[in-house]
Amino acid sequence: MTAPSRGDGRRRVHAWALFLRGVRDGLPIGAGYFAVSFAFGIQARAVGLGAWETFALSGSNLTSAGQFAGLSLIQAGASLAAMALTQLVINLRYCLMSCALSQKLAAGTPFWHRWLIAFGVTDEIFAVSAAARGSLRPAYSYGLIAVSWPGWAGGSVLGVLAGSALPGSATNALSMALYAMFVAIVVPAAKADRRVLGVSLAAAALSAGAFFAPGLSALSEGMRVVLATVAAAGAAALLCPVGEGRDG
Amino acid sequence: MAEAWPYIAVMAAVTYAIRALPLVLLRREIRNRFFRSFLHYVPYATLAAMTVPAAIVSAQHPLSGAAGLAAAGFLAYRGRSLLLCAAAGSLAVWLAERCL
Repeated sequence: MTAPSRGDGRRRVHAWALFLRGVRDGLPIGAGYFAVSFAFGIQARAVGLGAWETFALSGSNLTSAGQFAGLSLIQAGASLAAMALTQLVINLRYCLMSCALSQKLAAGTPFWHRWLIAFGVTDEIFAVSAAARGSLRPAYSYGLIAVSWPGWAGGSVLGVLAGSALPGSATNALSMALYAMFVAIVVPAAKADRRVLGVSLAAAALSAGAFFAPGLSALSEGMRVVLATVAAAGAAALLCPVGEGRDG
Repeated sequence: MAEAWPYIAVMAAVTYAIRALPLVLLRREIRNRFFRSFLHYVPYATLAAMTVPAAIVSAQHPLSGAAGLAAAGFLAYRGRSLLLCAAAGSLAVWLAERCL
């Protein structure tokens, strides 16, 4: 995979250098998060949440779709069981991501790191972690989290406090940063490997199809992503299984 | 509005459990070839599925979303960095919205 960071491999890189690399690669994530969570803060305030509640919510959940859905359930006064189920369905994709990351962690990584890294498994942090060349080392993940978390938690608090300070055009533009990052990860890998190109095109087509298909469009966005991912990656694994070497 | 704190606690607990359980339980290298191949493809499939159609349909105007993707895609194809692609994507959206 082409990577924003050329990590370890043969040569061990110092943990601080890895951390700083994570901070650098995490900057677009933090900026994008800030914009999206600012919008979240505005909505949280409309639902009646205060700054502390919003801070706790964003700081502990670190997820966009799940939080937006959660807000509407809070507003509706839904049961806690309904809330748990909704979060489970919307955030199920993180399960796939964590499975993938579990295989990428550097051998000999102390076990407790897994509990901490898990906290930062978001779409974007996962994307960058998965693209890192070689195995994944915790210091890199912590660098990514160190810039992403403040962007997310801080943006939502500011959204509550200063609702209309940032013009909508700026929020829209910054939200694109997250998608642009996904593109920047997929495109070089697809250019280098036709199988990856096929998987990506198939997943995009399935996801777009599900968005417009009569029955499937009722599903949450998170669920549509899970279905498209499982179908595309499953088909690719059947049709073109990867070789024995760890070419992940 | 109901008291928010219990909701916040439930949301955080469920979301963290989904993230942590696979990382904590899958400690060994998976040997099954299908499952390994599957996990190899998962990142690309997920990223592509998250980007399309969301980047286009969630934009103010579909064309501005498409412009952002095109700018990022072009630079990524030329091997530019993540940061540059992200900045160019944002800039393209901003410019497109000015013009549309």
